[in-house]
Amino acid sequence: MDRKALAAAFPVTLPVLMGYLAIGIAFGLMLEGIGYNFIWAFFMSLTIYAGSGQYLGVTLLATAAGLGTVALMTLLINLRHVVYGLSMLEKFRGMGKRKLYMIFSLTDETYALLSGTKAPAGVDPRNFYFAIAILDQSYWIAGSVIGAVAGAVLPIDTTGVDFAMTALFVVIAVEQWESVKQHLPALLGFGVTLVSLLIVGAENMLIPALFVMVGALLLLRGRLDQKQETQEKEDILC
Amino acid sequence: MLTVPQAIAAIAVMALVTFFTRAVPFLLFDRGEHPPALVLYLGRVLPPAIIAMLIVYCLREAHFLTWLGTLFSAGTGLELAAVSSWLPAFLSVIVVVVLHLWKHNNLLSIFGGTVFYMVLIQRVFV
Repeated sequence: MDRKALAAAFPVTLPVLMGYLAIGIAFGLMLEGIGYNFIWAFFMSLTIYAGSGQYLGVTLLATAAGLGTVALMTLLINLRHVVYGLSMLEKFRGMGKRKLYMIFSLTDETYALLSGTKAPAGVDPRNFYFAIAILDQSYWIAGSVIGAVAGAVLPIDTTGVDFAMTALFVVIAVEQWESVKQHLPALLGFGVTLVSLLIVGAENMLIPALFVMVGALLLLRGRLDQKQETQEKEDILC
Repeated sequence: MLTVPQAIAAIAVMALVTFFTRAVPFLLFDRGEHPPALVLYLGRVLPPAIIAMLIVYCLREAHFLTWLGTLFSAGTGLELAAVSSWLPAFLSVIVVVVLHLWKHNNLLSIFGGTVFYMVLIQRVFV
């Protein structure tokens, strides 16, 4: 590991250090709450490494969901990562063996850092990106283990800590709402899922909701794509 | 509770599927080809829809509509106990949104909202 790259990457990753310790601790507490100790927290954070995915994982483990459900739910919640990869194709070129790790470790936060920061002069960008990715995951693992240990040792009532997952999604939604001009997809997702909850019920609400959602978005493509183009033209004119 | 091998299998599936979602663009488009317009379109409009879907999913246990139904049915009065099934979650979501619009600090928004929710369900709406 290049020490210079590590030293350059550390200050950049400080916000993620704070965030991952916090969300990781909440994850560890949730996991401990359903009877899985810090060893499970460590291995989940080492092998899965996804904030919202692991929160959902706690629910899946707690409800003893079948492997098919586990696969589908994990796929749904992580589908947004496909978009991240699309914008990292160029950046990860020529990273050799480390590229596999870069792809594995492409979380929301690491993606944000990689797309938002440039390597300082004199530091190889590839070593810099790799250092950011490694540091971020070490924070995540540390946070989740601390949380699981704290949940086992401290006499705290963790009832309701699972709301952290809802809070995380709400935060992502607010960020998305502010960064895009079209709010129809978000409103559509909200409305369709609500209707699905009412008609199909809480147990199997997601699959029909997803099908209707994708179908509706495909039907609305003409409108949404066109709006995007005129929006871009307007932006250029401004 | 799952047995240990079952839990390990579930975690392995989560790990593989998560890695798969991150690897898809590299598997398909890493030879310099431009991704099809349809893929780019779905990549742009699906994430906000899915996050909105997951928020509703997270709040599925908040029986707001059931509660609303009991209000209109005969013989049941407005009780604080019934409100506790949905009001803490609704108020906490509002806290998260307001905190985030105010400071844009993930840590503050998530922890503030969660602690608020925990206090509500452990102390206020018991």
